[in-house]
Amino acid sequence: MQKDFILITLADDDEDDRMFFTDAFDELKINTVVNTVNDGVALMNFLNDPENVLPNIIFLDLNMPLKSGIECLKEIKADAKFNDIVIAIYSTSSSEEDIENTFVLGANIYIKKPNHFEKLKEVLSEVVTLNWQYITSGLNKDNFLLRM
Amino acid sequence: MKLFLKTDTQLLIKKILEEKLDVFNVKYNLVNTNEILFLETIDTVTYENITSVLNEYGFQIIENQKNIIVQKIKESIIEMIFNEEAPAVKSSVYLAEKLDHSYGYLSNLFSEVTYTSIENFIIIQKIEYVKKLITHHSLTLTEIAFKLNYSSVAHLSSQFKNTTGITPSAFQRIIKKRSEITNQNIN
Repeated sequence: MQKDFILITLADDDEDDRMFFTDAFDELKINTVVNTVNDGVALMNFLNDPENVLPNIIFLDLNMPLKSGIECLKEIKADAKFNDIVIAIYSTSSSEEDIENTFVLGANIYIKKPNHFEKLKEVLSEVVTLNWQYITSGLNKDNFLLRM
Repeated sequence: MKLFLKTDTQLLIKKILEEKLDVFNVKYNLVNTNEILFLETIDTVTYENITSVLNEYGFQIIENQKNIIVQKIKESIIEMIFNEEAPAVKSSVYLAEKLDHSYGYLSNLFSEVTYTSIENFIIIQKIEYVKKLITHHSLTLTEIAFKLNYSSVAHLSSQFKNTTGITPSAFQRIIKKRSEITNQNIN
């Protein structure tokens, strides 16, 4: 009854970061299908194109040109057709205010970007595994808050 | 007059499956004639409708035995946590008795299928229940700790923080602010 992979969309303007993330996803035990976009405008275009299957989870860089992560978050949250998507924000900021603000705006996950690839893999593995439990066990997504 | 038919069964199966599945308006891929991959989560009602439509045409859904046991484990865990009348026995004993398999067997199977351990799943579910009690019933942490058999409020708080990365009070604050925003938007 359940599908056995997670659809991920990654929005990040930094090519190295995109590569780190996709490499880390590849090494997870859970099957993932990842598509990447380079900025916030491209992300919204992708999501609003009815031809595309919506992802289960979006990893959103807070600092992007053209349209920031926060603006994307607000737009996504304002549109009911995106209700089922889990939003994971990541940033280099660890200011308590920033973090609480993104949660209040509707983010489910806040990731403080780790400095090492190994640590990033650990963090993503935990995020995707927990998200998997939300998808497969009917947990209430509105209560899904995770800070890494 | 007589017609002699030659059948391309693969094509026939494919056409029937497409015709029947398209009605449900869900995105899918026909991997081959034995396998349909759904690209989105199917709710139970749709799942049952699809099964019954396909059954009419002689298609049987082969359920994965492992998944069935895992589903039963999950249901038993949820029942154990949400039902306060449930007997206070160790979860390993409870599951082994209820499902009539050794705990070692259940535990391995569970990890293989769900990518997490039974112990971890119990913690996730417990914390979910705590979240629900915080948001819906406005119980205090002391009341919740007592209700869920935690040895102390500190233990509950630290498990909550370890699992979610935030404290129960931050959680409560965030959810409250969120609902204020939603209410503003409605008004």
